[in-house]
Amino acid sequence: MTIITTTIPAPSAPHYRPLGIFRSELTKMRSVRSTTWTLLATIIITVGIGIIATATEAARWAHASSLDRLTFDPTNMSLTGLLFGQIALGILGILVITGEYGTGTIRASLAAVPNRPLFLAAKAAAFALVAVVVGEIVSFGAFFIGQMLIGGSAPHASLGQAGVLRAVAGGGLYLALLGIFALGLGTIIRHTAGAIAAFVGVLLILPALTPALPTSFQNAISKFEPAAIGNAMTTVNTHLQPGNAPTLSPWTGLAVMLGYAALALALGGWRLVRHDA
Amino acid sequence: MIEVTGITKRYGETLAVNDLSFDVKPGQVTGFLGPNGAGKSTTMRMIMGLDNPDAGQAKVNGVTYGSLGWPIREVGALLEAKAIHPGRSARNHLWMLAQTNDIPLSRVDEVLEVVGLASVARKRAGTFSLGMGQRLGIAGALLGDPSVLLFDEPINGLDPEGIRWVRNLLKGLGREGRTVFVSSHLMSEMALTADHLVVIGRGRLIAEMSVDAFIAQSTQQFVRVRTLQPNEFRDAMRNSGATVIQEDDGALSVSGVSAQQIGDIAFDHRLALHELSPQLASLEEAFMELTQDSVDYRGEGSFTAGSTVTHHDDRHTSAGK
Repeated sequence: MTIITTTIPAPSAPHYRPLGIFRSELTKMRSVRSTTWTLLATIIITVGIGIIATATEAARWAHASSLDRLTFDPTNMSLTGLLFGQIALGILGILVITGEYGTGTIRASLAAVPNRPLFLAAKAAAFALVAVVVGEIVSFGAFFIGQMLIGGSAPHASLGQAGVLRAVAGGGLYLALLGIFALGLGTIIRHTAGAIAAFVGVLLILPALTPALPTSFQNAISKFEPAAIGNAMTTVNTHLQPGNAPTLSPWTGLAVMLGYAALALALGGWRLVRHDA
Repeated sequence: MIEVTGITKRYGETLAVNDLSFDVKPGQVTGFLGPNGAGKSTTMRMIMGLDNPDAGQAKVNGVTYGSLGWPIREVGALLEAKAIHPGRSARNHLWMLAQTNDIPLSRVDEVLEVVGLASVARKRAGTFSLGMGQRLGIAGALLGDPSVLLFDEPINGLDPEGIRWVRNLLKGLGREGRTVFVSSHLMSEMALTADHLVVIGRGRLIAEMSVDAFIAQSTQQFVRVRTLQPNEFRDAMRNSGATVIQEDDGALSVSGVSAQQIGDIAFDHRLALHELSPQLASLEEAFMELTQDSVDYRGEGSFTAGSTVTHHDDRHTSAGK
């Protein structure tokens, strides 16, 4: 029997380092199929629904009312799919952490990296890198394909126009921040199904409940819903359809999304540190 | 070196580990024995910094686990069988652990070779048998070439060949001067593998001693005897200070004298013996006797954490035979 003593090169630092943990987290994501599937779903859903929405709207342009023409926002229209793609990317954010609890890998991970805040930070950073890259690819992809589909007399957007680049880049950023928020939820809840239920609840069910409130409350609250913020961040034409609730400005929206993601991660980190693995 | 000092862990009303202290020394295999539910896994998780003790502390190589510079280069552990993402390959599972502690990929392939999983290194771990999962867990423990190793029930799910392999591996690691701490609920297995024992029951230390001492202390010898003149035989035995107990099947159990002495005495008294066979109480029986007051789930009686201590004494007297 061989006993294992080929020497491993001695470490060059006194302590394990963030870069190694970050690389380890990228390896974890790369080495499971759920990553491929959720990212593919994010791309197909976001771009696909963007295509359907823009093609339909563009075809209707000739018969559109003047109000519809006034509020038409080709950039925002091509990014409609983000509202659906966000669920797929959010599920990846959840799985990145709940997959460790579900399989027991979390113990091996925390034995290798006992500094739990550092562990969570590295995990969030690795996910954020993937989420920003994929988020921007789908956002720009949906934008360019959408604009190509808007033909005839309907106005289409280009990146040179005021606010368009901000809106398209903002779409990708929104997607990534919502994914990090989902990762934070997963860290708090520790169970895949429970975390997905909570995520979908925050995203879809809360907005469905707000119309039950008096309009003044509704207007005060609904602009803080993630999906409304996503819409605000990807809006160029600020003419509102009458009856639509007011939204935050894109930059305020970005700040609020950052706050949500940071809060969810902080609560998750607190639970990670305080409670047994 | 592992030093556990007064660690206590409470889950709600239940005391899982109760003021437990012991040392695990390098250069030998230390068996961590106790019935199911005795607190072995909880203790190991506290040593690994995964669970926080409510009181006391555990140190590895002189520091708490969280203060280790390169944790898996100093401490390797197999805590759960198949604690692996089923979709991840064995190689990627080890690689993601290796990267955190700056361990090269070549080392991953090396330990896969050592545990005999090289040919399935790129297969998804979900397809592995329990035994292969155990081997992968052992590979993870060996990954950082650590001086301290913990194994929680490493032979679960292994076939006889695998059990022998683990036994030799553990002994080899001990001989290399490493600290090897291995839990089991099987005394017979520990008798073959371990040099030293830490025995716990209901979260408390029951015994800490060498395996040799445990065997010497707990294997009481007795001799089975059959004879057609049991009354004369009893009298003869009593005169020489032996204890004779009537067994259900008509045989007599004699303790306190050797089989040779019994034969000589019987000859002197002209008693015919039809059976004269030395017996050894098994280690398993000795272990059960040692821990029987602390078994959580048993057929009769109800235990609560608070009443354990009072039950201890009267159980002992009735447990004599």
